[in-house]
Amino acid sequence: MSATTQTPFASRSLPRLEAREKVTGRIDYTHHVKLPGMLYGKIFRSTMPHAKILSVDTSAAAALPGVYQVVTIDDIRKVIPHPYYGPAFHDQPILADGKVRFAGEPVAVVLAFDKKIAEEAVGLITAEYEELPVVFDEIEAMTSKTLVHDELKPAATFADLKYLKGKKGTNIALDYQLRRGDTEAAFARAAHVFEHTFRSQQVMHVPMEPFVSIADWQDGHLTLHTASQGPSFVRIEIARLLGLPENKVRVKVPYLGGGFGGKLYIKLEALVTALSMIAERPVKISLTMEEQFFMVTRHPCHFTIKSGVDASGKIIARHCEVIWNGGAYADIGPRVTQKAGFTSAGPYDIENVSVNSYAVYTNRPPCGALRGFGAPQTAWAYECHTDMIADALKMDRIAFRRLNILREGRPQASGTPLRDAEVERAMDQVLDRMNWELPFDRGTGNIRRGRGIGIGIKGITSPTTSVAIVNLNADGSCALYIGTVDMGQGSDTVMAQIAAEVLNLDPASIKVIHPDTDVTPYDMGTLGSRSTFHMGNAVRIAAEDAILKIEALARELGLPQGANLPLVDMMKQKYGMQAGNIIGTGTYLADYEKPDAQGQTTKGTPFWGVGAAGAEVEIDIETGAIKVTKLVNVADVGVALNPKAVQQQLSGAGIMQLGFTLTENMVFRDGQLTNGSLADYKIPTLLDMPHSFINEHVPNAYDSNGPFGAKGGGESTTIALSPAIGNAVADALGIRIYDLPITPEAIYRALQEAKGTPLEEGA
Amino acid sequence: MSTSRTIHFTLNSRPVSADIAAGETIVDMLTNRFDLRGARESCGQGLCGCCTVTVDGMAVSGCLSLAWFLDGTRVETVEGLAKGGVLDPVQEAFIEAGAFQCGFCTPGFILMVRQLLDAHPDPDEDHVRHYLTGNLCRCSAYPEIMDAVKLAVAKRKAMGLVPLP
Repeated sequence: MSATTQTPFASRSLPRLEAREKVTGRIDYTHHVKLPGMLYGKIFRSTMPHAKILSVDTSAAAALPGVYQVVTIDDIRKVIPHPYYGPAFHDQPILADGKVRFAGEPVAVVLAFDKKIAEEAVGLITAEYEELPVVFDEIEAMTSKTLVHDELKPAATFADLKYLKGKKGTNIALDYQLRRGDTEAAFARAAHVFEHTFRSQQVMHVPMEPFVSIADWQDGHLTLHTASQGPSFVRIEIARLLGLPENKVRVKVPYLGGGFGGKLYIKLEALVTALSMIAERPVKISLTMEEQFFMVTRHPCHFTIKSGVDASGKIIARHCEVIWNGGAYADIGPRVTQKAGFTSAGPYDIENVSVNSYAVYTNRPPCGALRGFGAPQTAWAYECHTDMIADALKMDRIAFRRLNILREGRPQASGTPLRDAEVERAMDQVLDRMNWELPFDRGTGNIRRGRGIGIGIKGITSPTTSVAIVNLNADGSCALYIGTVDMGQGSDTVMAQIAAEVLNLDPASIKVIHPDTDVTPYDMGTLGSRSTFHMGNAVRIAAEDAILKIEALARELGLPQGANLPLVDMMKQKYGMQAGNIIGTGTYLADYEKPDAQGQTTKGTPFWGVGAAGAEVEIDIETGAIKVTKLVNVADVGVALNPKAVQQQLSGAGIMQLGFTLTENMVFRDGQLTNGSLADYKIPTLLDMPHSFINEHVPNAYDSNGPFGAKGGGESTTIALSPAIGNAVADALGIRIYDLPITPEAIYRALQEAKGTPLEEGA
Repeated sequence: MSTSRTIHFTLNSRPVSADIAAGETIVDMLTNRFDLRGARESCGQGLCGCCTVTVDGMAVSGCLSLAWFLDGTRVETVEGLAKGGVLDPVQEAFIEAGAFQCGFCTPGFILMVRQLLDAHPDPDEDHVRHYLTGNLCRCSAYPEIMDAVKLAVAKRKAMGLVPLP
């Protein structure tokens, strides 16, 4: 649907409200929080990927002068009798409980007033283990007799996971299924059947502000200062662990130094809470960069995709077998398995689809949400597969997409129709910016050039709720109370813009109150591109509620219609002095319908994330060196409320995904991470930014349920970028790379193999 | 570990002294003894630039360098750039270009851009990219950082900060 009315937002690239504090270095991060009497905690970690803990000797550490206490799970049980947590499964112990399940798992903590002493003391702790058989690979884990957990422990809060409770003898935490039409019959009548397998690697968020939390337990109530994307979730889960009502747990979050999905659910919060209860003092834990790799990561994914195509090139059947390596603890992995499973057949109109998507436990660091919630891993498979089918059918790659693309109003594999989702226009915009119709220089000699595109969609976590409060002071100035965390995406600014639009105020004059669960109302979390849509709607409703209350006050005061008396004068009339508040509240819960047993629903997502990408690459076939010379990202974000902030999200997400495509890879040897530092794990620098780099949103797009036509866009450009590059590489070389990342070595190996002179493993 | 020493240096144009421990890094000293927050430890290996400060006009990694060596030097942090509420042109340029998202790496970038422009008032794009490659921005505000450098060049010229050739 196109915008019929242009809102004033469309051209408001308001600078971030907090811009000045960021360039002067004075901005608040949890990183800097210090409380009187605070202890620093330093974690002693497992060196074994899977082992029984025979003993932990903390005596030398405890004897080191300056050490306050050394804590193990036995101490934690005294304050939290059931010390297991997690958003989907209560499977993660606050510290290792008799067993370690990945190398790097926290086993003990040293508390000291000086963090250097705590660090030194950690080096004095020793542990004895009895090694257990290990399982690292997701395919092996599907059937392995080596079990990471003895039984499944789904969180009681999720009704749909209840059937998994107490299940034993398996590493499969969740098996998601979707069935549409009759896939088997359609494969049987297909003219051609194609099947390919693609793999994505384990990567990490690398927020520049490493994970950090401080707990302050006093007299039966708790205050947490934490770098979290989900303060409301933290409060509810910590209250559950402690058996306290929500109002005894206060969670405060200032600005975040990056999050990207990592700082969700419980990370360090349960641990520092237990430590503060034990020590009866505030306790802070800050992770190092290396330790971040043991906190949460992105799922490796093994995706076998099979398509049946008729004689005209129409895809009539698709089967997706998607296996997610979730590591040692489920975190939000089961939800990734479902949500990304649901769109794993891609943005195509296919009558017969079946999807099996599995969350699997292994002895690796845990995996959770990372910018795209699984969508990038699935698109890596389905969009490479798209080009491979077109090539095999000798069809034009774009014409093949157009023949099969999912169009407005048509049901996606889940049965939910595509609505306000500009998939084809996004693709067209990419093609235009790529000058697709013009002749392309394919290189000479050792330099080969190629180009490719990818398109993708993403469902949004649902049903979720956001609540907002608009407070107008007696002088008419406005404060906005929201639980959305500004982690760099600019939510403070955009929410102020939305409130300002309704209240007819200057957005820069609005004070956005940061998440503090004693003050700000519930929000499900700053995740999955949901804030602009969900919290944006809640803010709009709250502001409209405030307007209604002002109108009611005007009537009460007997003011003539359209009097437009300034609020301060109305309040003085009402209260006899400058006093009182106008409080508007807004709650937004997206329309949702639970899928049936076949995974079918007509309301599976509140809106569709849409991303399209195009890439040109240059490869030196003598060395395998690859350069992305041009990169185009286009996303449908509905109406861009702050075009500059949108642009930053699109390019930022694009470069991040570029890292996940070309360089980033957590490398393990015998379960040990070998490159857990920025010296060895390479994230993109300025030199990696393609010289031609275009990031745009689809103009005149409009989401009819979004606030002023807007929807989320923080993840859209992560979806289709990897396959665009993979397809460009295949276009350049005639060789397909199936596994991410596409390193020079991977290309060189593929080139040698194509020549019939494959290199040996390890060569 | 317990050896301490008193050092005297100039911090953002003011003479200061501090009793520091032998192994104390610059970033720890600035955070713990002067409550400055602009230099931040992130990677802990001098690879990301978040902890950048300048010592006698040269950028150093505050997470790797010992505070001990600051005795007698002139130290500048991002907090020292704005004078009397007026931002440095590089800070202004970062705001106007939107050259940050979360802001955690921003002080380091700003100090490095100032150092670059002091030495090379009008660098070409490749030069800028190479010069700033030791500063990492995970939000990847790189396109906007490039814009900010161009803006800063123009602002510094307009302010007469750059000697005419």
